[in-house]
Amino acid sequence: MAHGIVNLSTSTFDETVSGADAPVVVDFWAEWCGPCKKIAPILEEMAGELGDDAVIAKLNVDDNPDIAMRYNVMSIPTLLVFHGGEVRKRLVGAKGKAQLLQELDEFLPSSR
Amino acid sequence: MSTTTDTDVRNVIIIGSGPAGLTAAIYAARANLEPLMFEGEPSSTSDQPGGQLMLTTDVENFPGFPDGIMGPDLMQNFRAQAERFGTEFITEKVTSIDFSERPFRVEVRGTEYRADSIIISTGARSIWLGLEAEERLVGHGVSSCATCDGFFFRDQHIVVVGGGDSAIEEATFLTKFAAKVTIVHRRDELRASKIMQDRAFANPKIEFLWNHTVVDLLGTEKLEGAIVRDVNTGETSTLDVTGLFVAIGHKPNTDLFSDVLDMDATGYLVTRGGSTATNIEGVFACGDVQDHTYRQAITAAGSGCMAAIDAERWLEANVHTAASATTA
Repeated sequence: MAHGIVNLSTSTFDETVSGADAPVVVDFWAEWCGPCKKIAPILEEMAGELGDDAVIAKLNVDDNPDIAMRYNVMSIPTLLVFHGGEVRKRLVGAKGKAQLLQELDEFLPSSR
Repeated sequence: MSTTTDTDVRNVIIIGSGPAGLTAAIYAARANLEPLMFEGEPSSTSDQPGGQLMLTTDVENFPGFPDGIMGPDLMQNFRAQAERFGTEFITEKVTSIDFSERPFRVEVRGTEYRADSIIISTGARSIWLGLEAEERLVGHGVSSCATCDGFFFRDQHIVVVGGGDSAIEEATFLTKFAAKVTIVHRRDELRASKIMQDRAFANPKIEFLWNHTVVDLLGTEKLEGAIVRDVNTGETSTLDVTGLFVAIGHKPNTDLFSDVLDMDATGYLVTRGGSTATNIEGVFACGDVQDHTYRQAITAAGSGCMAAIDAERWLEANVHTAASATTA
């Protein structure tokens, strides 16, 4: 099943990051951040390709500063990888697709 | 990793997509050379598709834009123009290059591409302070991208290290958010252009700490202060800051070419006077990777144009004539 990117807000954040069995990748971003715009299409592709193996989500820090502050996000893009409701990995700064997939590899089913 | 080889032999491969590379692409594409460009990978440093201008805001000195233009918009225009004339783009970084046989071989994550000529426009990347604490605190107060991260320092005290145009631009931009910006510079005067200096001196939120360098950073989870040293007296003191932006200079991206292409003592590629030719026939260099004197978008673009013309003439004289002679 193909999935798109899940757009999170303060009211849906907790439920999404702790409610999924699959790892949840949250992209903290904003409209005015150039590198964020560069990785948006990459995350879109990854969401389609990873299907049920991962949830790819994004959170606008302008609209939801409380969540950004809770996780001490002080640089964007920052990607947080949640598994079982806990932050398992923090990736600061934009990266290419191959590198992102490599960083996520440990959270994906080994059959991939 | 097994390597697959792309079957085409290209006329020209361009490595790097700042003003130099994209101008070379526009000219090469219009000369029907069907250039292939490796534009790099997304990053939050200047080492990204579009290059250093991707991290800037208003560009006020690029001719043709009397009201200025945003750096990322300017680079998007460059790219669209190169694409319009048929440049092929691959959004990857080159892994290695083999200049020892012709056509040259360019490897990118397990795929090999071949080309008769190569234009190098890999630019330069910003230098960090080189402190152990700096690496630990990236994303926690230490930032490589003022336009990305200024927002997180609302009403806080930020330090900007450096004295050139980039440092002054970042400091001025950051005053939109910060309560105060302190520019720490190791000398007692700025290298920045006069108009930028005047703006900084007139900005009530900007303070200067002359003749100082940052020698250590405080904080484990996030930045809590910067230790600075007076270069004349050696005395150290602590700046109570929560944000640190570094703009102390650049280093050319020439690691791929070590021991193969001629470089000067600081790693910049050396080109033959009045041209973009390197020491290997058919390999040309343009933009900041071979220029530590001017380093402007317009000079990079100018040398990119030169590289495309140099490559076109070289191909005409050495490859295309030979090919038509053998097929005749």
